[in-house]
Amino acid sequence: MCNTCGCNVTDANRHLLDDPAAQAHETSAGGAVVVLQRLLDANDREAAHNREHFDEHAVLVLNLMSSPGSGKTRLLEATIDALRGEARIAVIEGDLETENDADRIRAKGVVAHQITTGTACHLDAHMVHDALHHVALEGLDVLFIENVGNLVCPASFDLGQHRNVTLLSVTEGDDKPAKYPVMFRAADLMLITKADLLGAIEEFAPERAIRAFRDLANPGPVLTVSAKTGVGLATWLDWLRAEIRAQKARVAAGETLRPKVQPEGAALHAHDHEHTHLHEHPHTHGDGVTHSHPHSHTHAHGHAHSHGHEGEHRHEHADGHAAGDDHDHAHGG
Amino acid sequence: MHELSVCQALVDQLADLARREAAQRVTAAVLRVGPMSGIVPDLLLHAFPFASAETVADGAELRFEHAPVRVACRRCGAETDAEPGRLVCGACGDWQTRLVSGDELLLVSVELER
Repeated sequence: MCNTCGCNVTDANRHLLDDPAAQAHETSAGGAVVVLQRLLDANDREAAHNREHFDEHAVLVLNLMSSPGSGKTRLLEATIDALRGEARIAVIEGDLETENDADRIRAKGVVAHQITTGTACHLDAHMVHDALHHVALEGLDVLFIENVGNLVCPASFDLGQHRNVTLLSVTEGDDKPAKYPVMFRAADLMLITKADLLGAIEEFAPERAIRAFRDLANPGPVLTVSAKTGVGLATWLDWLRAEIRAQKARVAAGETLRPKVQPEGAALHAHDHEHTHLHEHPHTHGDGVTHSHPHSHTHAHGHAHSHGHEGEHRHEHADGHAAGDDHDHAHGG
Repeated sequence: MHELSVCQALVDQLADLARREAAQRVTAAVLRVGPMSGIVPDLLLHAFPFASAETVADGAELRFEHAPVRVACRRCGAETDAEPGRLVCGACGDWQTRLVSGDELLLVSVELER
């Protein structure tokens, strides 16, 4: 029994925690009741429920997070164009107001549901669950959830996604990971977007952005892309294809996946199934594209390398050979 | 602010607990909130009176347990303090660390009036 966080407290054993005779040390003096429950427990349960829906249909679900205006919708438009006829895509859009982003996606012939949050600065699992009544999961390969543009709040709410993708546009500054550590620590993939502007914005050095990202102990891949010119897009699409295949393989094996870094839960649940060997081989070939190759071994990782199409690259391999930590075997704590 | 959402979730949890324990009122709640949770304790304190108004938790005192940011180094094995924006090993400087404390967002205990 994990006594650290209460992760294993269920309706079946809760009486042990509440019964002073059974667990005297769990109840402190003064009539206080020990709870040890995540504050976002209700959200997390709804998120798990969403994830079951997604897995039932073998749909890969990605949570896109970034500042407003860093190019989430533009990236989706380019992705939809590139994967037309290859992958079936749907999108859930989160914004405070307007259907504008959903309209842009629909114009590409893809189902999009807009969640307008009013004043809420983030999506939560309940909002996504409600949206699922408007988005048929049958036959989908990938569902993108475009979160509300905000580098703070969305990081704290699990939606049921399998991966977090965090965008950092070059106009924002390369120190953003250090300024918003909770958000960038939660990223399974960081995309440096608007790479076409790198020449014009000399203040932004992809190396510094990657350094700041690594300083959050994040071994995740980093890709530099421009949805406008298509630079770096092939590598992003390969990552996406590999993730889609990995999701189908996981479902076939009866497994699921939560984003690598969970707020709070992960640290407490990491009873070290981690066998991590991280190698970094920074290759600098000098030009706009910065790669980092995820050998973050989910099985069936056919992450195809597609270099050589956009000229020279700057590579950074972050080989996170994480044998076990990529999976959630739904262990009982 | 998302602290209001978190506060509403907290009030729901307190109400459930009070019901299960057949308590009339929640007089205090102890939370453990780490800097890496993305939640600011002061903002929770400010939001709580609004979220708890006219519930069993109305007027309850919120207390916070400190949760320092601590990392364990995968390379040298040291466990050291770290800054939220820089989770590198305090001993050898390597970035390949694991957060062992600092992202908690827990309801630790409650005090009830029966």
